[in-house]
Amino acid sequence: MKLKLATLALGAMMATGPVMAELVFPSLAYRTGPFAAGGIPFADGYSDYFTLLNARDGGIGGVMTAVPECETAYNTEKGVECYEALKGDGALVFQPLSTGITYQLIPKTTADDIPMHTMGYGRTSAKNGKVFSHTFNYPVNYWDGASVGVNHFKEQAGGSLEGKKITLLHFNGSYGKEPIPTLEALAAQEGFDLTIIPIDYPGQEQKSQWLQIRREKPDYILFWGWGVMNQVAVQEAVNIRYPMDQFMGIWWSGSENDVMPAGAGADGYKAIAFHNVGSDFAVFGDIQKYVVDAGTAAGDGSNVGTVLYNRGVYAAFLAAEAAKTAQAMSGTMDINASQMRDAMEALEITEAKMAAAGLAGFGPEFSVSCENHGGPGMAAIAQWNATDQKWSLITEFGPSDSSIVNPLIEADSAAYAAENNIAERCN
Amino acid sequence: MSDTFLYGIEVVMNGLMAGVLYALVALGFVLIYKASGIFNYAQGVMALFAALTLVGIMEGQVPFSHLINAIFGTNIHHFGWEVPAILAIFLTMGVMVLFAYLVQRFVFRHLVGQEPIILFMATIGLAYFLEGFGDLMWGSEIKKLDIGLVQGASVWFEDLTSGLGGDGFYGFYIDVLDVTAAVVAVILVVSLTLFSQYSKQGRAMRAVADDHQAALSVGISLNFIWILVWSIAGFVALVAGIMWGAKSGVQFSLSLIALKALPVLMLGGFTSIPGAIVGGLIIGVGEKLFEFMIGPMIGGATEAWFAYVLALVFLVFRPQGLFGDKIIERV
Repeated sequence: MKLKLATLALGAMMATGPVMAELVFPSLAYRTGPFAAGGIPFADGYSDYFTLLNARDGGIGGVMTAVPECETAYNTEKGVECYEALKGDGALVFQPLSTGITYQLIPKTTADDIPMHTMGYGRTSAKNGKVFSHTFNYPVNYWDGASVGVNHFKEQAGGSLEGKKITLLHFNGSYGKEPIPTLEALAAQEGFDLTIIPIDYPGQEQKSQWLQIRREKPDYILFWGWGVMNQVAVQEAVNIRYPMDQFMGIWWSGSENDVMPAGAGADGYKAIAFHNVGSDFAVFGDIQKYVVDAGTAAGDGSNVGTVLYNRGVYAAFLAAEAAKTAQAMSGTMDINASQMRDAMEALEITEAKMAAAGLAGFGPEFSVSCENHGGPGMAAIAQWNATDQKWSLITEFGPSDSSIVNPLIEADSAAYAAENNIAERCN
Repeated sequence: MSDTFLYGIEVVMNGLMAGVLYALVALGFVLIYKASGIFNYAQGVMALFAALTLVGIMEGQVPFSHLINAIFGTNIHHFGWEVPAILAIFLTMGVMVLFAYLVQRFVFRHLVGQEPIILFMATIGLAYFLEGFGDLMWGSEIKKLDIGLVQGASVWFEDLTSGLGGDGFYGFYIDVLDVTAAVVAVILVVSLTLFSQYSKQGRAMRAVADDHQAALSVGISLNFIWILVWSIAGFVALVAGIMWGAKSGVQFSLSLIALKALPVLMLGGFTSIPGAIVGGLIIGVGEKLFEFMIGPMIGGATEAWFAYVLALVFLVFRPQGLFGDKIIERV
């Protein structure tokens, strides 16, 4: 009996004891549920990039990486459970991939001293590093997106939006309501009429919204949707024969998923983008060779080069670059979450770094600082070509209107600091 | 006529069309409830599964290809052929009949005589199983459904009615796909009503609904009737899946169309086929008109909750729904 107990104890120790050091990048993924079609390619891209680093480079700084995945189904409660389950495993940075989960994790990650990266989603005012010490939303946020979108419409209208009508069609939740303050400020500044039309989840039936659009005949439509809401909105726009080049989605409403079901009618639809599109980058050749062909890809390889897969790769690239920075700053290869946070605050993404990673020209160059956790706020405009079945960037990455966005960020983050008794840092 | 009045008429017309689409989903619930007393929680997922199967067959997709590739290291996805829509619909119907058989054989056969809540719980399990099974079989990416149905504004109708209003009035907007759905729904309802009232199997279905044990005692095969009912519900799910899937692509969210059917059932009654249609029309028109007239004053997006409020108001006066059977318990 004693021998059996001793064997069991030894087995348990071997199972739970330390093994080789790993850099852990948890993935809060959603491969099931109503948003799975968007969650799967992102999760695949995120995982495949780290698999590539392991297979091609032997990890980061000689330390292998691990991407433990936890299924959230885009559900906030499950997302928090995933965080609690994974945070003790040496997690370096969390990417919750949901604005709802982000809001719940902001205080938790701060208390646990683990950084969180909410790339192009989450709480916009987290850009203010003086208040949000552990939340990063570089390289862009929703308010930047709204501003860049309006700038493009202004250019399209010949330089002035005075007297024009712009409609915000949005998911009736925290994510969809994010751009409203920016657009209201921009409407006052630029002189356009803003109409706000919400769509309730899941958004499968949008007849009322599109009849209203048909009645009011807005000059331009900005769209903040996700999931089935996107496909239905594009189809309804086609149905009422709305000019597609005057209809623009945020980056979560601008993937192949969103336009393919509408077929040829979706031609010309636009989307705001914070990274490049397509598979014409060296990294995808390496992913094919070292990951897909090796049979270690997270998916079957069919998503490689699609918009959301690319976004997952980009998120992983930014996390890997932050880990490299942390290794350089701390002088140790086996970094911890605190060192990762410090490195994210000192992150610099240059064209040379992107080119070295096989991502030349994939996104804008930017740097992060203690005060600015949101990067430069630059975005480009992508357009769908239904004939070629391809997205392509039709503008360079351009800046948002900081005179509008920054005061809003200051005001919102100051309110959060006051509510939560947070003393400003970076002084 | 003022443009606002004309727009109101347009909203009513589109509300009627939306109501028909809701009714198509509600029909599946009614059929199964009517014949077996089961509230089939899985009806929305059946619409998704049927539509996934239809697209998979049309595109010549290999079922379970992800699983096969993962186990055997192969890289197969398609057979290399495409199947015409009509043939694919028949084949999908075959799959739904097989599904009905399996459901009856492995689930409900073992639950004869159980409390309705037990049967309801079984359908919840069935819904979750079918969700995962559909994903595993056909993948979870969004699929374009193109069986040749035309959709978009009816230009003819727009031109015909554009003279009714001022310069800003474009004519009434009607989606051609919605008109098709309305025609299909009418045919379905008439056929199903005739079937349940006048055919031998239809009468047997109603007998089973009244009392399982009594129906068995007069020689009605419970197994056959349940397979028949679930097959018909599968067909209705396929039709609903086609109509809704043509708008949004075939994806997981198709299963959520059940949310649209619940207020229709509450209002029309769980046991009436015409009730599903009338309930759908009332909900469709009511929610669209409310959104048109009151929505802008209170921030919009009223439809999701207003449908339930409307149904609840009706329930206060007719707890069994407009057309539902009145339940009389004798003590």
